[in-house]
Amino acid sequence: MSLYFTKSHEWADVDGDIAAVGITDYAAGELGDVVYVELPEVGSAVQAGGKLCEVESVKAASEIFSPVSGVVTEVNTALEDAPELINADAMTAWICKIKIDGLNAELMDETAYKAGL
Amino acid sequence: MSERTPLYAKHIERGGVMVDFAGYELPVNYPQGIIAEHNAVRNAAGLFDVSHMGEFTLKSKDAVKALNRVLTNDFTVMDTGRVRYSLMCYPGGGAVDDVLVYKKSGGDFLIVVNAANKDKDLEWMSANIDDLEVEFEDISDRVAQLALQGPRSGEILSSLSDSSKLPEKYYSFKENVSVGGVNALVSRTGYTGEDGFELYCAPSDAPALYDALMAAGEPYGLVPAGLGARDTLRTEAAMPLYGHELRADYPVSEVGLDFAVKYTKDDFIGKAALLSRPPQYVRIGVRVADRGIVREGAPIFTADGEEAGVATSGTMAPALGYAIAMLRVRREFADCELYAEVRGRRLKLAPVPLPFYKRA
Repeated sequence: MSLYFTKSHEWADVDGDIAAVGITDYAAGELGDVVYVELPEVGSAVQAGGKLCEVESVKAASEIFSPVSGVVTEVNTALEDAPELINADAMTAWICKIKIDGLNAELMDETAYKAGL
Repeated sequence: MSERTPLYAKHIERGGVMVDFAGYELPVNYPQGIIAEHNAVRNAAGLFDVSHMGEFTLKSKDAVKALNRVLTNDFTVMDTGRVRYSLMCYPGGGAVDDVLVYKKSGGDFLIVVNAANKDKDLEWMSANIDDLEVEFEDISDRVAQLALQGPRSGEILSSLSDSSKLPEKYYSFKENVSVGGVNALVSRTGYTGEDGFELYCAPSDAPALYDALMAAGEPYGLVPAGLGARDTLRTEAAMPLYGHELRADYPVSEVGLDFAVKYTKDDFIGKAALLSRPPQYVRIGVRVADRGIVREGAPIFTADGEEAGVATSGTMAPALGYAIAMLRVRREFADCELYAEVRGRRLKLAPVPLPFYKRA
């Protein structure tokens, strides 16, 4: 498995052709208290760099972009009742899993991502 | 370029996340976040920098006449040392602003206005009272303001002042109170739905007052609180915010603030227009019954898909644990099943009496 990051502060944990996707601790910190995650629909097609879903903090709704292209196979329904899991540990609070048919060319590894913060 | 309040350095010191608000750099929240700040105000106390607010003085022989003309509330009978909420209208009945009026003595008033409306209010009031014998002045640059809010506020303030000098009643105030050695006007008012105080002092004294309050408040659970919590607190308390519930194009008779609009007094700017037509809209409160959050601007529909109005404020309510919104809807739809459109989805709403939160 390998961990990738985007400039827009999402992560993709790739295992075979499935990527678990979430937002980074940095993004969660910037958003503040997450109070709602509008999960993507299972079966929907997403584009790398395209909109994946919305995460809402107390103050505002923010768009989350998909690090990979593919089809959503699973969503983390635990976030429906406990969106604060994202603030508790954003790197384990995956939002959805995507069956990959392409990676974003602009993905970074952890070292490169953290160097850019 | 945004202005800084006298407490800018204090906010930075405490890790405040600074944003531009009405031309001022102010903290939206501190590291512990909006929900923690919100809950601290509900359960203990929070300290807000509200130095961006505008302050005007209105003095002399015709001061009451001037207030009664430009404001909707009636100032004919008012005790010294009391505070009164009022709206200010355009001739068409829409709001110029909402304000607090402090009566210092018979012909000596302090008027507190919204930061974003300060220049507009000054111009509007000046133009409409210039035939009267009044001294009207903008003293905003000479006043800093702190809001100490929450159930422990009284104890905190008492530890820094002679408690017999503090205002006892809600919407009353005392001048020249020594708070930790700083001379302040202390008013028992606020914008959170909790007991609390607003303290006005010289800008040069503000950092010392801030430090004294934070130090005295620590054992009581006092935290610094930002604009984010101020907004969620006032929304739970269903207090209107200019630009949301109050606007130039919304007649004030449609906002549910009739306690502050005195149609019985002789005249005020906007009276004729407000009386000439019955309110078309009403302000109501709802809880979001489906998953999701309804925010300002979300269109509101009936079950049949008819347009009913708009959400004027909405948020996740930290003290309640669910999403709430204030709506401006056509009167005939006020009791209907309503839906808010959020990113193409219609979320079901359940009516809730206002205010959403009322202190015990």
